Amino acid sequence: MAEATQQERRRTEQHDSGLGLVSPDQSDVIRLEQVHRIYRSGDVEVHALRGVSLAIGRGEFVAIMGPSGSGKTTLMNMIGCLDRPTRGHYFLEGMDVSQFSGNELADVRNRKIGFVFQAMNLLPRTSSLENVELPLLYAGASPREQLRRAREALASVGLSDKERSVPSQLSGGQQQRVAIARALVNRPSIFIADEPTGNLDSRSSLEVMEIFQRLNREQKLTLVLVTHEADIASHATRIVTVRDGRIRQDAPVASPRSARETLDQMPPASDEAAEEAL
Amino acid sequence: MKLWAILKVALRALSRNKMRSLLTMLGIVIGVGAVITMVSIGQGAQNLVEEQIQSMGTNILQVWAGSRRFGGIQMGAGTSGTLTEEDILAIERESSVVQAVTPIIRSQGQMVFGNQNWFTQIQGVNDKYLKIRAWPIQDGEFFTEGDIQAAARVVVLGKTVADNLFPGIDPVGQILRVRDLPFRVVGVLSSKGQSMMGQDQDDITLMPYTTVQKKVRGRANLSIENAMLSTVSPAASYVAEKQISEILRQRHRIRQGEPDDFTVRNLSDIAETAQQTTTIMTLLLGSIAAISLLVGGIGIMNIMLVSVTERTREIGIRMAVGARSGQIRLQFLTESLVLSLIGGLIGVLLGAGLAIVISRFFSWPTLVSSLSVLVSFAFAAAVGIFFGYYPAHKAASLDPIEALRYE
Ligand SMILES: Nc1ncnc2c1ncn2[C@@H]1O[C@H](COP(=O)(O)OP(=O)(O)O)[C@@H](O)[C@H]1O
Ligand SMILES: [Mg+2]
Repeated sequence: MAEATQQERRRTEQHDSGLGLVSPDQSDVIRLEQVHRIYRSGDVEVHALRGVSLAIGRGEFVAIMGPSGSGKTTLMNMIGCLDRPTRGHYFLEGMDVSQFSGNELADVRNRKIGFVFQAMNLLPRTSSLENVELPLLYAGASPREQLRRAREALASVGLSDKERSVPSQLSGGQQQRVAIARALVNRPSIFIADEPTGNLDSRSSLEVMEIFQRLNREQKLTLVLVTHEADIASHATRIVTVRDGRIRQDAPVASPRSARETLDQMPPASDEAAEEAL
Repeated sequence: MKLWAILKVALRALSRNKMRSLLTMLGIVIGVGAVITMVSIGQGAQNLVEEQIQSMGTNILQVWAGSRRFGGIQMGAGTSGTLTEEDILAIERESSVVQAVTPIIRSQGQMVFGNQNWFTQIQGVNDKYLKIRAWPIQDGEFFTEGDIQAAARVVVLGKTVADNLFPGIDPVGQILRVRDLPFRVVGVLSSKGQSMMGQDQDDITLMPYTTVQKKVRGRANLSIENAMLSTVSPAASYVAEKQISEILRQRHRIRQGEPDDFTVRNLSDIAETAQQTTTIMTLLLGSIAAISLLVGGIGIMNIMLVSVTERTREIGIRMAVGARSGQIRLQFLTESLVLSLIGGLIGVLLGAGLAIVISRFFSWPTLVSSLSVLVSFAFAAAVGIFFGYYPAHKAASLDPIEALRYE
């Protein structure tokens, strides 16, 4: 058992050195060391993560791929501080958050992490503006500050004209963009997206990717994205493949695709209508 | 996170689901409304009784000649002539808490003035009677000690008698006839209204007791069957009762163990009993209504629990963006508190409105006291917090990853 762990560690370090990311480095925003996550429900135990070690540096755009049930969401929850390892350590900007209390994790999520999920990201019957204000509310910002920054964030995803709309009045792509605005509003250092394009048509998916790439390029935001589609993953700078709770492959993308360019080549008209019909 | 922010979150959440909020509130509205109405009915009755007791005087005692039990035979109070004028003087002189004493000699008769006549109660009393009963005179004056010594033929009329016998005429100074004897009206009493038993206390004619003894009943030196006295304060009436008993037993030479040949009746006793009865009634009505408030609280808990389950995803999202579990708890607690407070407010208005309707259309006195409003409002808030706590706690202890998996 101990030997197996040793082996695993060596292998991960090989991956790291292969990427030129020297392991115990304070510049790593995210560093997982031998993280295990076991779900227990009654007598049944599900070993969802089986010793994952992973280091992600500031400004990286990492796509996590893998078949359904391989542990991608579990890994994302871990990175996003929604969950704690059953075993192992997680260092976020050098802090060992695996030892944090529930309240401390909540504060870390509020200040350092922005989430976008696959669907139902937004509070129902609540305006885009109020949805985007949510993290600021828990950060204790003044109402004026909340409004100002929420407007700014909505503008940055191109939805200034949808401030008063409620989710049911928005297309799937627009809903995801509101969710991105909400994830951005508190200026996080990590952006986490679990299959954000899973429910979107290809144009809306590209629009989402375009925003991600822009954030990554302009604000040096660290992005971690789970996706099924190789197409989508190829926009990232690095692809990590997970299977059965282990990292199977970890490789940089030689020349990431540009979502902006693909969008520019698409015919502009009729797509807006198609999106609205969704 | 500041209080206003939590309040805003709670209000937004409630307004997002107006129908559910209204239904949740309904239980509290009915509960508080019922408490307010019921208690106002009870307190109205209580108030009425208290007013009547006040008008009767709570510091008044009555002494009756004769005892309830005498030689094994049940005798009516006032049936034997054991109370004398000397006894009355002794009580006034020797008791430390008795203010004033008057004999009361009862009779009745037809009052005649011109072609008007009126049948009424006659009470022979002394010049201290009005002071004892705290009964002001309205017109003219009361008879004097001299009138009593002289057994003068003077009368003071109750309001009802005056109104019926002298319609549109000032009775003071007029001469009326009782049993064919002329009497001069010297005064008219102010109105005292109904007694607790529903009798018209103003249907009365007062005369010097000596006059009733000698002129109306026609037998001099008739013994006194009844005396009325006032004490210095309502609280002193028990002391007075004891002292009177001692004085009379000594004067009547009653040995230890032998029964009294007189009866002392304390009006405070009657007043207290009446007050207790209405207080019990108020409490009973109030607690029956409080049960409906409790049921309303259980309704809140029920709907809040459903709401927590329905909003699992919302809770997950809030936690993901940084809500601490304490903030989630506070949000849900605030929601149920706001619901119960608004419900309480509507309930107070509804209950007060209903109380007014009841007093208007059923002429039952109701009283919406600020205390009952405050208490039921506070009770509604307590119900909201108590029954809101468990659902709020459930929401707060959700695991964020479980909450986000929920569809
Ligand atoms: N909360 C949970 N309780 C129990 N088992 C879970 C839970 N979440 C995930 N799992 C299990 O863990 C494994 C990995 O799940 P997940 O991380 O969601 O995979 P992916 O996102 O790659 O599809 C699956 O077998 C899944 O059934
Ligand atoms: Mg998943």
